[in-house]
Amino acid sequence: MAAYTDQSGRPVVVVTGYGVVTSLGAGREDNWAKLTAGQSGIHAITRFSTEGLKTRIAGTVDFIAVEPRVNAPELSQRLAETAAEEAIAQSGIGTVGDFPGPLFIAVAPVEIEWQQRQELAVASGAIDAVSYADLARVAETGQFNRYYERFLFGSVADRVAEKFGTKGSPVSLSTACASGATAIQLGVEAIRRGEADAALCIGTDGSVNAESLVRFSLLSALSTSNDPPQAAAKPFSKNRDGFVMAEGAGAVVLESLESAKARGAKILGVIEGCGEMADSFHRTRSSPDGKPIVGCIRNALADAGLTPDAIDYINPHGTGTPENDKMECLGVLGVFGERAKSIPMSSNKSMIGHSLSAAGAVETVFSLLTLDHQRLPPTINYLVPDPSLPFDVVPNTARDARVTHVLSNSFGFGGQNVSLVIGGEPR
Amino acid sequence: MAERETWITGIGIVSCLGEGPEAHWRALSEPASADTTSFAPYVMHRIVPLDFDKQIPKKGDQRQMEAWQRIGTYAAGLALDSAGVKGKPELLSHMDMIVAAGGGERDTQVDVGVLTGLPKAAKAEAFVNERLMNDLRPTLFLAQLSNLLAGNISIVHGVTGSSRTFMGEESAGVDAMRIAHARIAAGQSDLALVGSAYNAERWEVILQFSLGRTLAKGEPRSVWDRAGGGMEIGTIGAFLVLEEKAHALARGAKPFARIAVIASDHVRRTAGAVTAALERMWATIAPRLAPESAAIISGVTGVEPGTSEEKEFLRHHSGLAVRATGTHLGHGLEPQFPANIVLAAQALRTGTLFPPGDTSGMERPMDGVLSQVVVTSVGHWRGEGLALIEAVG
Repeated sequence: MAAYTDQSGRPVVVVTGYGVVTSLGAGREDNWAKLTAGQSGIHAITRFSTEGLKTRIAGTVDFIAVEPRVNAPELSQRLAETAAEEAIAQSGIGTVGDFPGPLFIAVAPVEIEWQQRQELAVASGAIDAVSYADLARVAETGQFNRYYERFLFGSVADRVAEKFGTKGSPVSLSTACASGATAIQLGVEAIRRGEADAALCIGTDGSVNAESLVRFSLLSALSTSNDPPQAAAKPFSKNRDGFVMAEGAGAVVLESLESAKARGAKILGVIEGCGEMADSFHRTRSSPDGKPIVGCIRNALADAGLTPDAIDYINPHGTGTPENDKMECLGVLGVFGERAKSIPMSSNKSMIGHSLSAAGAVETVFSLLTLDHQRLPPTINYLVPDPSLPFDVVPNTARDARVTHVLSNSFGFGGQNVSLVIGGEPR
Repeated sequence: MAERETWITGIGIVSCLGEGPEAHWRALSEPASADTTSFAPYVMHRIVPLDFDKQIPKKGDQRQMEAWQRIGTYAAGLALDSAGVKGKPELLSHMDMIVAAGGGERDTQVDVGVLTGLPKAAKAEAFVNERLMNDLRPTLFLAQLSNLLAGNISIVHGVTGSSRTFMGEESAGVDAMRIAHARIAAGQSDLALVGSAYNAERWEVILQFSLGRTLAKGEPRSVWDRAGGGMEIGTIGAFLVLEEKAHALARGAKPFARIAVIASDHVRRTAGAVTAALERMWATIAPRLAPESAAIISGVTGVEPGTSEEKEFLRHHSGLAVRATGTHLGHGLEPQFPANIVLAAQALRTGTLFPPGDTSGMERPMDGVLSQVVVTSVGHWRGEGLALIEAVG
């Protein structure tokens, strides 16, 4: 029988439930079937007008019933709830509305949006020049009170915590595009500290709107290969030209192995190690020497008590920006040496796009599915290999493989680097 | 495993009261004041001018930040200086960081330009797209993202052990402190930078809170005596260096104070719920509290019902002197709790509490030596927290 504590004497942290929603669909099975079929969820944006924008495609989630002009926190909340419901149901933990542990949730940036500003401006009656003082004057009437809680930074976490009955103060967090992985890391740490026997960890992002698209566009981060949309995300290809914004959510139920065993729960995977290292080089670019990424991956391996040899699949950050893929490969090479070129490393983002704050959690779910099915989802749109990145990216077609330990990388603006090591079963 | 002891070895604070704990102490001894004209009719506690060159030497770095990031990076630098770790890569490279942040700083000129032009635009959405593509500064995005205060601290000060940003108004500040402390106590971290910054002097912030009618208007008043008038918001940057005792001793660092307990809670604001939450957290500190030499520093906001509920809680513990910082500093959301722990640490280092700052009768003088401070948080909407900070030695 596996020990309840790991090589460092800490509680082993296992996954007993996971759920996911992406532009491919809602739920583990639907997503996995499409992911391993090499299907893309990227499409032309219809939720808002893209006239005048350089990028007109995204992996928006349009099949969840919400109001037509949904705002980011509203959609982020719905996506989080969808994924969490699936995860909690699978784990069978607690009772409905009474989850026996804390919530850690990665959420997209929150702020009043153009629809609200416009409504307030119209209501202000200001004709020639609208000022913020006019908007505040209208706000003070109380007629737009419904927007108040909605656009507080803590509102998504508050409502998700209420719905599922998680315990204690819900933690909303952001480490930019590494956020989803950070949510899981915080849950692992809480269980290892003995603060909790279980944690609900979610990454969610429903923030594709005109302004967020513009903001990433102005940093030249997005692919402009609008036609056909399905071919736009091209991680590791020579002609890669940026990432594709996307929406989605991933949720995992973490538990101590001891607690999971005690209630007879099925163990779906183990979060064996978490690593981090901040990069102090630049706000949007990685240190050219790759050291922070190397250090981050090594920290995760050390935390897992594993050597690089143990990793047999990498779920990379793999955004498809020229910079990310180059630096990630440099980092992987730095850790794994020549063997790096033969470790399969396929980017989910080639199909689902980059779900930003959700990505780390979504890709943890896909890593768990990879372990469960012993099958590697492909990197699609890999038609023009980049000779400077000679890796096995599982080009275009899924394949079976023996997988025991997955490395999942997440990197974000602001020098954020997080790596998780995920195993199939307790050692 | 036995809990390891967490020391506060560095503190940094900037606000309308000045720069550094001594300046704050002096200003807390004077009558409070606030700006009533810049954002009229709202009351604003505007930060004193800072010489950013002192903590952010590269002009290029300053240009890449917006105000809240410059203020936070500056306060973080003060804390690192105070702890004696500034410029020491061997320490900074394994220093963990938790920042509580809002973000979302906007270019309000662009916003009002778009809003003014919209009624005349033939195609509204296309008009917004075009104006944003042309008018937004690309780097403004990096001031909008919540985690880019932490990112700037990594770049400017070289803190790279780890970097996490918590969002969620007051609760973010409480949980940042709680988790940074818990990690050290459990052996997950030896050295941490934790804190927050908030720039209140922005119309988009006023718009957000005016939607909830939570802002005070007119003349400044004691936070205890606002009759439901709400928050007087203020710009605040506050950071602390937390350190495991043996780690601090090994490098000869002196503590300001020790963190004994930090607790947080999350309740709906039904009648009595906040008072009950504060009492539950109080029960966790009561066994180690010595009331005769203890005081309370409150983060009360002036927003109801939280303010009245906290008053009720304080009535149950009326043996302890109370100070609220909201009257003098204003309310800064995420940094309020860290700022109040900074002021608690300074009070404990000097062994005395600063003088009362209101005339409502809630605050009264405290004589004698101060050895413990209880810091409260009752956020304006959510975010209940309690800390017990103790003098060392």
